[in-house]
Amino acid sequence: MQHSRIFRNVRLGIKNLMIHKLRSGLTVLGMVFGVGSVIAMLSVGEGASREAMEQIRKLGSNNIIITAMKPVEDDSASIQRVRMSIYGLLYEDERRIRETIPTVQQTVPIKLIRKDGYLGERSMELRIVGTTPDWFELVARKVLAGRVLSQRDTEKKAAACLLTEHGARRLLATQNTIGESVRIGPDHFEVVGIIQTETASGGIQTPDQEVDAYIPLNVARERYGDMVVRRTAGAQERELVELHQVLVQVRSIDQVESTAEAIEKMLRHFHQKKDYRISVPLALLKQAEATKRTFNIVLGSIAGISLLVGGIGIMNIMLATVTERTREIGIRRAIGAKQRQIIGQFLIETIVLSTIGGLIGIVIGVLIPWVITVLAQMPTIVTSWSILLALGISVSVGIIFGLYPAVRAARLDPIAALRHE
Amino acid sequence: MASQTAQSLVVLEDVHKIYAMGTQQVRALGGVSLSIDTGSFWAIMGPSGSGKSTMLNLLGCLDRPTSGHYILNGQDVALLDDDKLSELRLRQLGFIFQSFNLIPQLTVQENIELPLYYLGWEARPSAERARELAELVGLADRFYHRPMELSGGEQQRVAVARSLANDPVVLLADEPTGNLDTVTGRQIMELLAELNNKQGKTILMVTHEPDIATYATHHLHLRDGRIDRWEKTS
Repeated sequence: MQHSRIFRNVRLGIKNLMIHKLRSGLTVLGMVFGVGSVIAMLSVGEGASREAMEQIRKLGSNNIIITAMKPVEDDSASIQRVRMSIYGLLYEDERRIRETIPTVQQTVPIKLIRKDGYLGERSMELRIVGTTPDWFELVARKVLAGRVLSQRDTEKKAAACLLTEHGARRLLATQNTIGESVRIGPDHFEVVGIIQTETASGGIQTPDQEVDAYIPLNVARERYGDMVVRRTAGAQERELVELHQVLVQVRSIDQVESTAEAIEKMLRHFHQKKDYRISVPLALLKQAEATKRTFNIVLGSIAGISLLVGGIGIMNIMLATVTERTREIGIRRAIGAKQRQIIGQFLIETIVLSTIGGLIGIVIGVLIPWVITVLAQMPTIVTSWSILLALGISVSVGIIFGLYPAVRAARLDPIAALRHE
Repeated sequence: MASQTAQSLVVLEDVHKIYAMGTQQVRALGGVSLSIDTGSFWAIMGPSGSGKSTMLNLLGCLDRPTSGHYILNGQDVALLDDDKLSELRLRQLGFIFQSFNLIPQLTVQENIELPLYYLGWEARPSAERARELAELVGLADRFYHRPMELSGGEQQRVAVARSLANDPVVLLADEPTGNLDTVTGRQIMELLAELNNKQGKTILMVTHEPDIATYATHHLHLRDGRIDRWEKTS
């Protein structure tokens, strides 16, 4: 019974609004644009931030990543025909971090070497990643075929390697993948597994290139040494780097920051030049979240202003409507309508107005991000909460801006209202 | 008939109504006492400014007396708040106005149903009741029309039908023929007289036309906010 009554009231409201189609339509536009822009902006913001956060989260919020960085060169060295730079993380650094900082759960050393890989006729440049089996545990990467490196591989110094999906497809092509022998430099390695390729991960250098080959660290060190020689137009560049990266896993998430500080202090003590960089995904994540919050506040304010404007438009029209329909109000009051019933009637009209505006706005607000994604290739995410929020706001705007005109209508003196021309 | 008996439907006791017009106080009614029985048809007459409209507004519970008592069907109106007054109008009164006062965007049916809507009637019985009333006033074929599409006389018939929807104990009519030509006016008056005769509806009507007043059973003459005289005519 209550339902049919509300339905009747809403139908009456629509009927009254339809008397002035153009006027109601124009009034609704304010809400349409307000709500539409809220949803569109939120979806663009959400899309951008979720992409960034996803990338950061992939690095692991429990992890700290220490990356070797070539320090700025002094001029005297660059004049020499044979340049030699020694920098980066040491095996000793990794051991010290693992053994002396109690909050560290485990560490994974990584050594990177560029070498050509051959398989029969095919060849391509590979990035050799020398690491320990722990790497596969820490960086959860999907194993597509075979197995990952094991402790036994390290112990036996096995010539085993894993390829990423891309590398495997290009190098092995149609051949049987697992068990194939790939030649890297002068040495042969047995392909023991294939893991999924990860797409580039925002700014932080991790062994994620599409043509990676993973081999045990001690094998890499033994076979290829720590010296990298690069020949460029008549000059020779030598680099001596022990470790390119160390992944540190911290025991618990709330120890991440203090651990990062401890590592920083330790490294500063043992390195004269700052030839490393410490990145903390958790800090980045927090920063990204803070940015997102700020972004949302700014968007919210803009949206709030546009909805305020829309609401004022609605209030303006409703005040005009009340004046116009003064006599109707008088008639209803004479017949026996209570003040709150008059308030209800006009309030429903404003809510219908603002909600219709809101619904159209939602449709537009969903279409705009879709168009942006198609045209600009930008990720957008329309969250269900943003739609619910928009709908809630529409109804609230109707109530807030409809209340004053409705109360004014109800307060009219019935006798004067009946006489109104 | 007009004696102050316990059964009187409408009792006015020394009713005063004073309006504040700016700093001036205007005395619209100054001590009116009257008793009206069920089933009577009163014509309230008098020159303009005599307090006819004020009296009708008070009788219609649209306003409260400044002092004195108005007892409608045993209830003292002077003591009621706005909500209670509305409730009283809704359940006990029906209004017919000079300018018909139909709601233009509603159909004949919806206009007649208006009191039933506020009484909380369901859609179906409400529609049936409206149909009956439209037939009573001879407008069954105009049921889905809007007021604009009707003649003045037809509009006033709709208004009569609407005033009857809640089966009121008192019908109040404010110059019901004022906007109609003589022939149409007479038809409306015959309709009201019939409601009084056949259904025993108590009708209180303001008019300044002696012709129209002849349909009533009692005449009340007001002058300067007081009862000049009253007489029973039939």
